Amino acid sequence: MKRRSESIRAKLLPAGAFCLIVLLWWGISAIGIVPGYMLPSPADVMTAFIHDFPNLMTHALVSVTEALYGLVIGTVLAFALACAMDRFLVLEEAVLPILVVTQTIPTIAIAPLLVLWMGFGMEPKITLVVITAFFPIAVGLLDGFKGADPDAVALLRSMGATRRQIFYHVKIPAAMPYFFSGLRISASYAVVSAVISEWLGGFEGLGVYMTRVRKAYAFDKMFAVILLIVIVSLLLMKIVNLLRAVSLPWLKFRHETAGKRQ
Amino acid sequence: MELLRTDRISKSYESRLIIRDISIHLDEGELVSLLGVSGSGKTTLLNVLSGLTVPDSGSVFLCGKEITGQPGQVSYMLQKDLLLEHKRVIDNVALPLVIRGMKKKEARAEAERYFGQFDLAGTQMLYPSQMSGGMRQRAALLRTYLGSRKLILLDEPFSALDMITREQLHSWYLNIMGKIGFSTILITHDVDEAIMLSDRIYVLTGKPGEIHHELRIDIPRGERQDFNLQPEFAAFKRQIRDILQQPGI
Ligand SMILES: Nc1ncnc2c1ncn2[C@@H]1O[C@H](COP(=O)(O)OP(=O)(O)OP(=O)(O)O)[C@@H](O)[C@H]1O
Ligand SMILES: [Mg+2]
Repeated sequence: MKRRSESIRAKLLPAGAFCLIVLLWWGISAIGIVPGYMLPSPADVMTAFIHDFPNLMTHALVSVTEALYGLVIGTVLAFALACAMDRFLVLEEAVLPILVVTQTIPTIAIAPLLVLWMGFGMEPKITLVVITAFFPIAVGLLDGFKGADPDAVALLRSMGATRRQIFYHVKIPAAMPYFFSGLRISASYAVVSAVISEWLGGFEGLGVYMTRVRKAYAFDKMFAVILLIVIVSLLLMKIVNLLRAVSLPWLKFRHETAGKRQ
Repeated sequence: MELLRTDRISKSYESRLIIRDISIHLDEGELVSLLGVSGSGKTTLLNVLSGLTVPDSGSVFLCGKEITGQPGQVSYMLQKDLLLEHKRVIDNVALPLVIRGMKKKEARAEAERYFGQFDLAGTQMLYPSQMSGGMRQRAALLRTYLGSRKLILLDEPFSALDMITREQLHSWYLNIMGKIGFSTILITHDVDEAIMLSDRIYVLTGKPGEIHHELRIDIPRGERQDFNLQPEFAAFKRQIRDILQQPGI
């Protein structure tokens, strides 16, 4: 019972805070401290959102496609590299520091280069998503492999298991929760990365649309796009959570017993 | 017939000798305990017997064949039950069969046959975290048994359980060992447990750990109901306590 009321509380509190912020925003734009064309009221944004909905959806579809491609490719690459680094310690020692350094390069600085190299199609967008998605997943997996219980590894060894069998039966399952934590972070950045690279050139996508409405000083439409990016990103994260729950069913029971013991 | 023999096994870690010149043997169908206080090197010895650790000197023979440093020859239940949380009970139990190359479906079917005997009926599709300590231990014991139906090595398998569950598992274990017919080397620091279960007890003492005494419990395993309440039991217990309390050990 207590857990339940706590989880309601955990949802109610941010919802309340959110409403308060929207109200405040509404108030500011209603009083006219900031001119209406610069800060449209929430109602204006909603109107723009609904009015522009079909248009927004066409562009969103493009950005989401780029984000998904990037996430899938990033995951595959991260998986391959993490496995290789776990297998060959030399590789980890050589590559991991470089990876960490690359994380200090701001995405927005690479984006124009990618456009110059790859043109205005989907490729530079997908590449940017891959670059941002790759790191959290690779690092998560690597931590997960390392976090595998050494006693479980010893158990498998005592059964005469090969290195591959140990990897499959112990290390990969141990890494899955970490993998999903990494994937959730990557998913939350994916759409934003796609949009950023669309700013720099292209024919379709939320970023392209954003630059267009910006040139028209259509602030309400710009806010509508931002709203949509937030919604889509949250949806993506939600999907990752669902995937996690479906592919790691045993975690559910672990939490159940953990709750019981309290 | 002799199943396992070790010949003067010694092992050190970081130039500190942990066990010295351990020579033990085990006959088919026997349950032999290694009794020793915490830190006397019991787990180290079992790691050597299982092939996980290579000894500095000495050898291990299984049915006359040398198996020193070769894992996968005998089945080993480590100090924790180590059920893998992400696998259902049936797949945990069938794991040694899968490791040896059996198809998952066949391995499940083979494991399934023993669930009744191991008091695990109905738990096949549960996850380990849904089971009680006693059930987990029986599942781990079944997995260990399926790993090698001849000889299993147990590292304090009952020590994490409450007294009542432990005593229940003791009589259950004696019973199932007689019924299925396999041999066991059991590690324990619990004198009562050693006397209750063993045909023979090796007492491991000192630093480095050495076998200081060998003791035969000559009560047939089938006749050990309430053995721990009888005067013979107390006599054995006194004898072991005297060994453990000898000065200089
Ligand atoms: N891998 C290792 N590296 C270094 N020292 C070790 C290692 N394994 C065991 N030791 C040392 O060997 C000694 C004996 O350990 P061991 O685990 O064999 O004792 P034990 O009799 O099983 O004790 P317990 O009853 O507490 O399980 C300890 O002092 C321990 O610190
Ligand atoms: Mg031990």
